[in-house]
Amino acid sequence: MPNPLGSRACIRRKARIEAVSEAILEVRDLVKQYPSTTAVAGVSFAVPEGTCFGLLGPNGAGKTTTIEIMEGILPPTSGAVLYRGEPIGRRFREEAGILFQKTALQDFLTVRQCITLFRGLYSRGLDVEEVIRQCALEKIADRDSRKLSGGQQQRLLLALALVNDPAILFLDEPTTGLDPQARRSFWELVQSIKARRKTIILTTHYMEEAELLCDEIAIMDRGRLVTRGEPRALLRQHFAEVMLELPRQEFPESARSLPLTLIEGPERIEISTHDLEGTLKLLLDAHVPLTQLRIRPANLEDLFLELTGTELRS
Amino acid sequence: MIARLLAILHARNLEFLRDRGTLLFTTLLPFLIVVGMGFVFSGPERPLFKVGVVTAHFEKSQDPFFGERYVEFVAEPDSATGLTKLMHQQVDLLVELGQPVRYWVNTDSPKGYIAEKLLLASHPDAARQTVTGKAVRYVDWLLPGILGMNMMFSCLLGVGYVVVRYRKSGFLKRLHATPLTAFEFLSAQILSRLFLITFVTLVLYIGISRIIGFHNAGSPWLLALVALLAALSMIALGLTIAARFSSEELVGGLLNLLTWPMMLLSGIWFSLEGSPKWVQWVAHLFPLTHAIDAARAVMLDGAGIATIAPNLVYLAATALGFLAFGAWSFRWRID
Repeated sequence: MPNPLGSRACIRRKARIEAVSEAILEVRDLVKQYPSTTAVAGVSFAVPEGTCFGLLGPNGAGKTTTIEIMEGILPPTSGAVLYRGEPIGRRFREEAGILFQKTALQDFLTVRQCITLFRGLYSRGLDVEEVIRQCALEKIADRDSRKLSGGQQQRLLLALALVNDPAILFLDEPTTGLDPQARRSFWELVQSIKARRKTIILTTHYMEEAELLCDEIAIMDRGRLVTRGEPRALLRQHFAEVMLELPRQEFPESARSLPLTLIEGPERIEISTHDLEGTLKLLLDAHVPLTQLRIRPANLEDLFLELTGTELRS
Repeated sequence: MIARLLAILHARNLEFLRDRGTLLFTTLLPFLIVVGMGFVFSGPERPLFKVGVVTAHFEKSQDPFFGERYVEFVAEPDSATGLTKLMHQQVDLLVELGQPVRYWVNTDSPKGYIAEKLLLASHPDAARQTVTGKAVRYVDWLLPGILGMNMMFSCLLGVGYVVVRYRKSGFLKRLHATPLTAFEFLSAQILSRLFLITFVTLVLYIGISRIIGFHNAGSPWLLALVALLAALSMIALGLTIAARFSSEELVGGLLNLLTWPMMLLSGIWFSLEGSPKWVQWVAHLFPLTHAIDAARAVMLDGAGIATIAPNLVYLAATALGFLAFGAWSFRWRID
């Protein structure tokens, strides 16, 4: 008999969110207008302490603008960001760790010297050697920071974000451009940080990353929040149990009139259904070739495409 | 606050000192210019005596002394100017026509001795007064200008380009996400450049004095004060230019717009005496002009603090003004 509350992992996530009732960061009616566009159009949400909160959205959705306002880097046109109930200020800067999408460091400094520099900017924090160990930088600690691979560079930037032992950690697309091995290694680091009950705010284009790391996600599009919630609950809310995938060129025009929920991608057509047998029968009756049929459970990528569309936007 | 400032200061110093190419160029270029100029202008002197004449319109005088061959006569606006030149052996004799004729001779100058004999041949009753002073070589006169020029390039280009590079690369944005304040960041940049400029200028000063030697008549501490205020003023000017731009091309253009007129009009290579008034007026807007004038007054004439006080006040005022404007207009990130 299926567990009415969902999987064991889901129960653990729920328990964690419930255990931390107070929001560490609260965003209220955030608006950011530029002369030619509105990047953020009235966004509100709260991030409970000790959770990993994912902010997802297509390019140009406004998530980087939102996160930079939350980080205190960018002033909002209107609205407010509260850290522990107060407007962000000196305390926030002391207690927040930030990893930007792109950050260059000072030339001619070694990895250890970069970390020492940033440690010197905070009144409290971790020992430099401890941060080096946490981020697995021991072997490259004396290497010029310009001579690092993509994965090593990201681990160094994570070390800089951790150097003040932050209560809240912002990771803005931290694994973009990394190879799969480096990405998985980075995820392990983030999971070890989560295990220390740090609050993490993550933006990413990788749904697999969000699904693995986030306790709660919010999807943004065109400057607004489209949906928000615990990933599995959102999937249950928006999708039936399974997704069927077929190559687009093998899907006959006549089958498009079938009473099915179709999600059309550039190369494949996906069908969301809670009645697998009935759907298969419909497809067989319509003479749809099923040789290359794939059946899988719905994931966050399906949710993302469903809510933000499949068009590639500039 | 001090810890944050020191962290940035230390990192910036490491960055500069490890950039061997820039360090070598910054140190060697002025050194080569001074040595080169000293070599070019150290050839045999022209076989000509130069006599300064205080009396106006002496050219129309029928005095037989002005008929002497191989003597160049130059008009001096007043006796004080003429005496300064005589002490530096820039003229060999200073003459004032009248009853009786008066003249001044530098007893340290061999050419002055000969020029005096020529004058006494036609004016045996001329009243004699003496001054002393060693000859100022062109290289001595040039040195304060070269040190000032090096300081200008290091302050303006070093600080300007570095801050723009930091902003363009996103490093400033990353620093902005820490408790570091703009005041702390700018102070660290100023102190770092000041430390480096002091180090490089000291190396140049000692190196050049060892190799070619030069005449320093004044207090080295006063000279250090001039250098300190000049560096502060020009670092602050560099920060003002770099305060908010993120285009290296634009900032490069603006810095060229400042450095070229300063290099040509601040009296590095030649004196602006005799140039049009408006040129002198423009030149006196530049901090470098005040720095070089003050340094020359100290090094060549042994001037005290009272003499160069106007230059020091100007340098201090521009340092404060540029710094206030730079801090006000400073931006961490690209707008």
